Amino acid sequence: MTALIPDFVMLPWMAFWEGLPPLMQLLFSKTTLIVFVTVCIILTVAFTTYFERKVIGYMQGRIGPNRVGPLGLGQPFADVIKLLIKEIVVPQKSNRFLFIIAPLLSIVPALATWAVIPLNPTTVIADINAGLLYVLALTSVGVYGVILAGWATNSKYAFLGAMRSAAQIVAYEIAMGFALVGVLMAGGSLNLGDITRAQAGGVSHWFILPLLPLFLVYFISGVAETNRAPFDVAEGESEIVAGFHVEYSGVAFAVFFLAEYANMVLISALTSIFFLGGWASPFEGWTFLGAESLLREPSFFWLAVKIAFFIFVFFWLRATFPRYRYDQIMRLGWKVFIPITIVWIAVEGVMAWLRIGPWSGMAG
Amino acid sequence: MAEIQNYTMNFGPQHPAAHGVLRLVLEMDGEVIQRADPHVGLLHRATEKLAESKPYSQSIGYMDRLDYVSMMCNEHSYVLAIEKLLGIVPPVRAQYIRVMFDEITRVLNHLMWLGAHGLDIGAMTMFLYCFREREDLMDCYEAVSGTRMHATYYRPGGVFRDLPDSMPKYQPSKWRSQKKVDKLNEIRQGSLLDFIDAFTAKFPACVDQYETLLTDNRIWKQRTVNIAVVSPERALQLGFTGPMLRGSGVEWDLRKKQPYEVYDRLDFDIPVGVNGDCYDRYLVRVEEMRQSNRIIKQCVDWLRENSGPVIVDDHKVVAPSRVEMKDDMESLIHHFKLFTEGYCVPAGEAYAAVEHPKGEFGIYLISDGANKPYRVKIRAPGFAHLSAMSEMVEGHMLADVVAVIGTQDIVFGEVDR
Repeated sequence: MTALIPDFVMLPWMAFWEGLPPLMQLLFSKTTLIVFVTVCIILTVAFTTYFERKVIGYMQGRIGPNRVGPLGLGQPFADVIKLLIKEIVVPQKSNRFLFIIAPLLSIVPALATWAVIPLNPTTVIADINAGLLYVLALTSVGVYGVILAGWATNSKYAFLGAMRSAAQIVAYEIAMGFALVGVLMAGGSLNLGDITRAQAGGVSHWFILPLLPLFLVYFISGVAETNRAPFDVAEGESEIVAGFHVEYSGVAFAVFFLAEYANMVLISALTSIFFLGGWASPFEGWTFLGAESLLREPSFFWLAVKIAFFIFVFFWLRATFPRYRYDQIMRLGWKVFIPITIVWIAVEGVMAWLRIGPWSGMAG
Repeated sequence: MAEIQNYTMNFGPQHPAAHGVLRLVLEMDGEVIQRADPHVGLLHRATEKLAESKPYSQSIGYMDRLDYVSMMCNEHSYVLAIEKLLGIVPPVRAQYIRVMFDEITRVLNHLMWLGAHGLDIGAMTMFLYCFREREDLMDCYEAVSGTRMHATYYRPGGVFRDLPDSMPKYQPSKWRSQKKVDKLNEIRQGSLLDFIDAFTAKFPACVDQYETLLTDNRIWKQRTVNIAVVSPERALQLGFTGPMLRGSGVEWDLRKKQPYEVYDRLDFDIPVGVNGDCYDRYLVRVEEMRQSNRIIKQCVDWLRENSGPVIVDDHKVVAPSRVEMKDDMESLIHHFKLFTEGYCVPAGEAYAAVEHPKGEFGIYLISDGANKPYRVKIRAPGFAHLSAMSEMVEGHMLADVVAVIGTQDIVFGEVDR
């Protein structure tokens, strides 16, 4: 650090920094971190769209974007510029205030949840003890954006999309919550950092093995929560055209789009943290990699790899499956997922009580 | 107490799943359809009237544009009707070529249907897989007629010309290197028949690939099984034909029941469904693709062995060759007469129907002895199918409407004509 910044800049800066009251220091460092994380997420989202188009392109025997910039890497920016310079058309008979506020209600929770996500063993914006509750609360708020958008638009297609979305969220939020209860029991904490630390010690300690049914339920509910195929009934392209955002254009649409992808990245990150040990390395404890190997160290790199993998799974599902019908989604949520999670929580409780399994030390 | 009432929803004509310009007025109770009212006519192009105002042979191109995903089959019906009135029979080689291209067209149509049906139900990848194979068949059209869609290849008395000895090839471009182009052109080195032969060899594996994605897929089955069930009796009453009728279990196929051209010399099976739901119709059409592939293969083998004329040698109906025309006065006169006033068809009536990929496609032709038809009536299968829309979707949900539009295989070119 000192080598990069010359002394005549660094020394006055350090003096200035030491002179600030502790509260200002905290505010300043946190704000920097927040801005940094947010910009990173938005860039990630931009390239997630590119990644999606490439991955699905190859799965479908085509090439995907390859015109803008080398390998088409400029495509996300071209898309952003296109959307920015377009007009936002507000339908005459819509509720103007709600119509404008709805996209913001979608994007804010998607970004705000990152506050409690531990990026590596030391970095987290807000290391709060009720992290899990915070995550559950914010992901539920996100759906208000969808519902309000569908309502405020005053179009039957958008309205149907909003209704479908509302019903779907109620069903899957419960399954998700129960799945997280399992994680909470195994991790013994609501703090996301502690949950990750509870999984330290190699692949066999990750919660994915003992909690496999909950992992599957959580990830599939996550796909449903983000309105991605095969659960994309809220925007079902071929049925209700674009569902809740049918009348949105320009930046307003871009914000919805951003929120959808930010939610995807978020669900991938949460799944990695809850079930795959977050920042933990899969090679932990493997001696043959050499004593100094960085691959064994827990780091942000491993979290990123896991997130990328889950995002890939999202695309894979989209390229493979037809869309569920709305009532079939409800059936899956209420009659399959919720019973599975409840049963597994009971099983987990019995196992923890009998002190079987990897969580016996923590939960008992 | 608040009064609860149904609401109406306007589905289309600008809708991604409307397959063109279908407008449905849906009366809905929540998401459940109470009544569906299809509005047609948005693509009306007065084909029948246009055909009545010009010489017989000049309307063949209009027929391509009726059902624009099964072009040559439409032509086939029209030229058969003219041939019936004229009393001419095309040479056997022409008949084999026609049958081969009818079946290529059937595969083209079913691929389009499968892709669009998949896309409607959300299986996006199907669309691109299907179009990959469609591209090869389009190349066959291009090789034989010079155009990829609206071929105008069938003529009264035979086909426009014999099968070419070379295939159109890809050219290198900024985005496609010479190496890639060479790879693409690898199977395009031989004649058209070699190309089709290679296609028939690889196509069954492609159908297997589509089936892997859909046939046993739980979501696909949930979306299609027991959706829009039509009983065999009702299907007959509604005037269903083609896969819509066979999906309900009625074994009716003009290729077997009223064989035209050389279908009676070929070996193929007619698949029929059991339950008459969307899933059965899906299975029937997929199997039809396999059967069409068999027929194409048999035609290719026959065409390789046997050469001969591909159009009748009657210059009152068929234009003489360019070479003949250049040094023979009489040929020049024939050519001039044919391309200015056409030919007169004896007075009478004829109905010719073919087993079109969508059902029975028929042309009813009345001639008063002039050089243009007195009346042309087109019997399009899609129209009868669309009429059953309301009955098929009643009680189903909005998402099923899309599945039903898909399963009916509607193309508005032929419905609205």
